[in-house]
Amino acid sequence: MGGMPDRDFRVPSGCGITGIMNRRGRTFSGEVILSSICNMLERGNGLGSGFAAYGIYPELKEYWCFHIMYQKAPSKDRVEEYLKDHFRVVHHEPIPTKKVRSLEPVPILWRYFLEVEDGGRDEEDFVVRSVMEINGDVDGAFVFSSGKNMGIFKGVGDPDAIGEFYRIHEYEAYIWTAHNRFPTNSPGWWGGAHPFGILDWSVVHNGEISSYGTNRRYLENFGYYCTLSTDTEVMAYLFDLLVRRHGLDFETVGNVLASPFWSQIERVEDEGRRRLLKALRITYGPALVNGPFAVIVANSNYMVGLNDRIKLRPLVAAVKGDFLYIASEESAIRVVCRDPEDVWMPKAGEPTVGKLEEDG
Amino acid sequence: MAKAKYRPEFIVQRDDEKCIRCQVCVRMCSNDVHAYYPDTVISDSFKCVGCHFCEDLCPTGAIAIRRSEPHIKENYHWSGTDVYNIIKQADTGGVLLTGMGCDRPYKDYFGHIVLNASQVTNPSIDPLREPMELRTFIGGKPEVVIIGKSSEPELRTQIPPQLELETPIMFSAMSYGSISLNACKSLAKAACDFGTCWNTGEGGLHRDLSPYAHRAIVQVASGRFGVNKEYLDAGCAVEIKIGQGAKPGIGGHLPGEKVPEEVSRTRMIPEGTDALSPAPHHDIYSIEDLKQLIFALKEATRYEKPVGVKIAAVHNVAPIASGIVRAGADFVVIDGIRGGTGAAPTLIRNNVGIPIELAIAVVDSRLREEGIRNRASIIAAGGFRSSADVVKAIALGADAVYIGTAALIALGCHLCQRCYTGKCNWGIATQDPYLTKRLNPEIGARRAYNLLRAWSLEIKEMLGGMGINAIESLRGNREQLRGVGLNEVELELLGIKHAGEAW
Repeated sequence: MGGMPDRDFRVPSGCGITGIMNRRGRTFSGEVILSSICNMLERGNGLGSGFAAYGIYPELKEYWCFHIMYQKAPSKDRVEEYLKDHFRVVHHEPIPTKKVRSLEPVPILWRYFLEVEDGGRDEEDFVVRSVMEINGDVDGAFVFSSGKNMGIFKGVGDPDAIGEFYRIHEYEAYIWTAHNRFPTNSPGWWGGAHPFGILDWSVVHNGEISSYGTNRRYLENFGYYCTLSTDTEVMAYLFDLLVRRHGLDFETVGNVLASPFWSQIERVEDEGRRRLLKALRITYGPALVNGPFAVIVANSNYMVGLNDRIKLRPLVAAVKGDFLYIASEESAIRVVCRDPEDVWMPKAGEPTVGKLEEDG
Repeated sequence: MAKAKYRPEFIVQRDDEKCIRCQVCVRMCSNDVHAYYPDTVISDSFKCVGCHFCEDLCPTGAIAIRRSEPHIKENYHWSGTDVYNIIKQADTGGVLLTGMGCDRPYKDYFGHIVLNASQVTNPSIDPLREPMELRTFIGGKPEVVIIGKSSEPELRTQIPPQLELETPIMFSAMSYGSISLNACKSLAKAACDFGTCWNTGEGGLHRDLSPYAHRAIVQVASGRFGVNKEYLDAGCAVEIKIGQGAKPGIGGHLPGEKVPEEVSRTRMIPEGTDALSPAPHHDIYSIEDLKQLIFALKEATRYEKPVGVKIAAVHNVAPIASGIVRAGADFVVIDGIRGGTGAAPTLIRNNVGIPIELAIAVVDSRLREEGIRNRASIIAAGGFRSSADVVKAIALGADAVYIGTAALIALGCHLCQRCYTGKCNWGIATQDPYLTKRLNPEIGARRAYNLLRAWSLEIKEMLGGMGINAIESLRGNREQLRGVGLNEVELELLGIKHAGEAW
């Protein structure tokens, strides 16, 4: 395994997660998500936090945007050579940051806007493959964001420090998710923080996947290699496989990742639905994610919250107007939305789906 | 010339003060070990096979069967068994025969693998309070489920035929002929009651077993005994038997003495004739021939039931299994070197094949590398002794396991390894009506059922400890396994880390 040193960070961790979406696609400031995640500092220990933001690069929205962190300068040269060979580099620049004394040392952070020349219908698969190749083969380099008109910002530190460092309050997005981590070791590098992303998917995740070995080896069947050994990576690839490649909707994905129990399936009255649920379990048994988790997954059009099948981790949702809120704690919602129209606890295995419905 | 004698394998000890001369041992021993003379019972240790039946029956506990020490001088290279075997072969000029699985001290990999459990960061799950699912499906799985996008979601993918099991444990192939009808009934009834499968072996389907046929995997082996349309229609799946872990590469031989009327009728062969299963199938000399047989059987059963192939675990097992899956099999059975038998040449049983743990690991990995793991289920067989062995096999990559020896032990077997004599005192591996009636199929079924129940409960406990509540999340989950005292090659082949290594 090439890539970054200190790979041993598939560590159990407790976490706080939060996500806010404007379902009309109207952008709002990163200050909101900062307030929300910073109201759950108790759920992290300063060893990892991050943000995902959708709609932040409107002028360059047709280009793939790679956020890449480098441990050392030579890795940067190698990756840039790779990018030039495989893409047309439209624009590149350092990711704007502000010096924060508590965050030292920091990796080299750069972003690239890329066009796939000669794209065609396999463009997304090509991007996935490129990300896997860089992450797997180039020592000390790590692509941590690879979507269009979206970006992931993360590092080792408290969410307020990481937010300040990346100047999160200066961005405007229509979906924001954030993560605050409580790992049980001390990861030495920033790639281990969440969110985890591939294409325009981002995942913030609180949990430990007991089925990790099964899921990882299942994904290998479809050409996904978990170079990072993080639980969250497995989750992101499963969403990509099931939604993008297999064309399943989020309700169905919920029935796969947190499938109903056989006893529940047997009680379903509609025979067609019963057959469908059974077929899903038979086919996608290895994609069942076992163990405690609460996850917020987003892409350019959706924000989805999902719990494990017996709800072993907290997840609360709320709506007000065009806004959908999903978070580990109600406090993280109330701090940014004092009077939600509805607040509820999503049931185990039932996805909470926010869909983008742009005006006109 | 003087003829060498061999020592008895066992010494029958009788406590004369305890013996009440009831003669139950005299009447019961099929090997005629015990004899009654007015007011005394004597025992001929030479005849004892060590099945412990008399010991268990003796009402006063007067009998003890002890292992006898060889009388030859201690020799690291030449064991007593080696020497006595040579003397026997010099006497008879024959092949040494035995029964049950390999008993040689090859490394026990299951004994060098430990399981994981959750602590703090991941709550373990209590199976007494929370649902814990062992339901298992055997058969090919599609890669993707297509759902119609009309008003109501509608299933468009045809799921291939599946066996639905309530526990990932089935009963191995044991034919009527090699074991008694009462033993078959016991296992068949237990499988039906529990919701798993039993296997006819190459013995055909006796009419008394037809009530249990809906849970029978019917075997088609090289002798084709008992194979006809009704037989294929009756079972829930068809298994082509290519090989068996106890005797890879060789056929079978049921002597004419064990072919009385009922066996003859079921196997469709004349009474009293030897039932010879050739070493290869004479219509399968290559993989493409196997494909033809698989599809002939699928045609014959209208593609309504899974058709699988059973092979012995040999050196090249991974590519062979891959070929079998590509030939269209819905499941592959791999039988390891510890797999049992009713009769096999001792030297074949003890020296041919590889341990099942390694075979499961390499086959599962190979099918995944080739992206065809979903096309067929893997059933592992060969010496599973406990629920822990089953859990480890599934974590290595098996979908389900077959148990044979463990099931027979539940019916009374004491592993004397003399199944081939047809004199089984426990009424299992015999067709002698005087012996078979000792096995009550109702009680046998209950005991076999209890075994399935006990192991299933234990599996649930272990799963819950790992923070897993469905067996499919254990399948191939080698992260839950760690090796203890295994070298690098072994760890790599098994695809597991050594104990002490974190995720």
